[in-house]
Amino acid sequence: MSALPSEARVGSMVSALDAVDPPAPRPAPLLDRESRDWLVSLNGRGPARDAAIARLHALLLRAARFEVGRRRAALPYVRGDEFDDIACEAADDALVSVLARLDDYRGASRFTTWVYKFALYEAAAKLRRRAWQGREVPLEAETWEMFTDGGLEPAAEVEQRELLAAVKDGISLRLTPHQRTVLVALAVNGVPIDVLAERLGTTRGALYKTLHDARRSLRAGLAESGFDLKATNVEGR
Amino acid sequence: MRMPEFRRAVARLVGPGEPELGCDECFAELDRYVELELAGVDADAAVPGMRAHLAGCPACREDHESLGALVRSTRPS
Repeated sequence: MSALPSEARVGSMVSALDAVDPPAPRPAPLLDRESRDWLVSLNGRGPARDAAIARLHALLLRAARFEVGRRRAALPYVRGDEFDDIACEAADDALVSVLARLDDYRGASRFTTWVYKFALYEAAAKLRRRAWQGREVPLEAETWEMFTDGGLEPAAEVEQRELLAAVKDGISLRLTPHQRTVLVALAVNGVPIDVLAERLGTTRGALYKTLHDARRSLRAGLAESGFDLKATNVEGR
Repeated sequence: MRMPEFRRAVARLVGPGEPELGCDECFAELDRYVELELAGVDADAAVPGMRAHLAGCPACREDHESLGALVRSTRPS
């Protein structure tokens, strides 16, 4: 099972990466009838609860197969029955997570939307890991090719070369070894965060916090070196 | 390589550069955020820091896209 984030400890936003204004307090929403029925059935006993769990598993399996369907074209070497195994495992793991966290559901969305995210998360994480199965996870920069260029106007070429040099300096000089490893693996080599988390024995949330801190240090270094990331349109999305 | 690709590569390194949620908060808020989007409400105002996180985290961005697509596919158009 993937290390799903804890829903219970995120409500206060205390672990947000920055000083993000928390959402305004909102009254407990009135549950729609379908969501209420789900909660009543799943919190019940006996055959009615068993039937609700079976329906919930079917719902989760549908969501997991949806995710598999979106990604299977990118994994041409994976057999069809293996995809179905992955979807079933994702649905099983998501079912365990949903039942364990039922009390966390506050009705901020429909119950079905809330449970879908567990199945999608599990399926996506399993598929990312399957894509990297047997592959070495590169922790050193394999290439800076995407940061070099040809065929540019001389001024643009100089701009790129100077920015690239400053980026490399920032990575070498400002980051801790762990920050450097995480930043290079995720942002240069394109290792999926779930894959790196598994290899390093940590969680997606913890890795992203490291990535965030590394990015902040790198930005500060570039600013001190006189680079305006807004002016160079790096932030233009 | 064209300049925009270079900029995208640097953008992946330096991240969104604005206040953002972490992956745990993103997961907690994702269902509400998607439903607000589908309802045409200003989801970014309701969940500050989500948009920046989705810009900076490819895995959460994929989860967001998948949940939106799945919910849309289950509702009458």
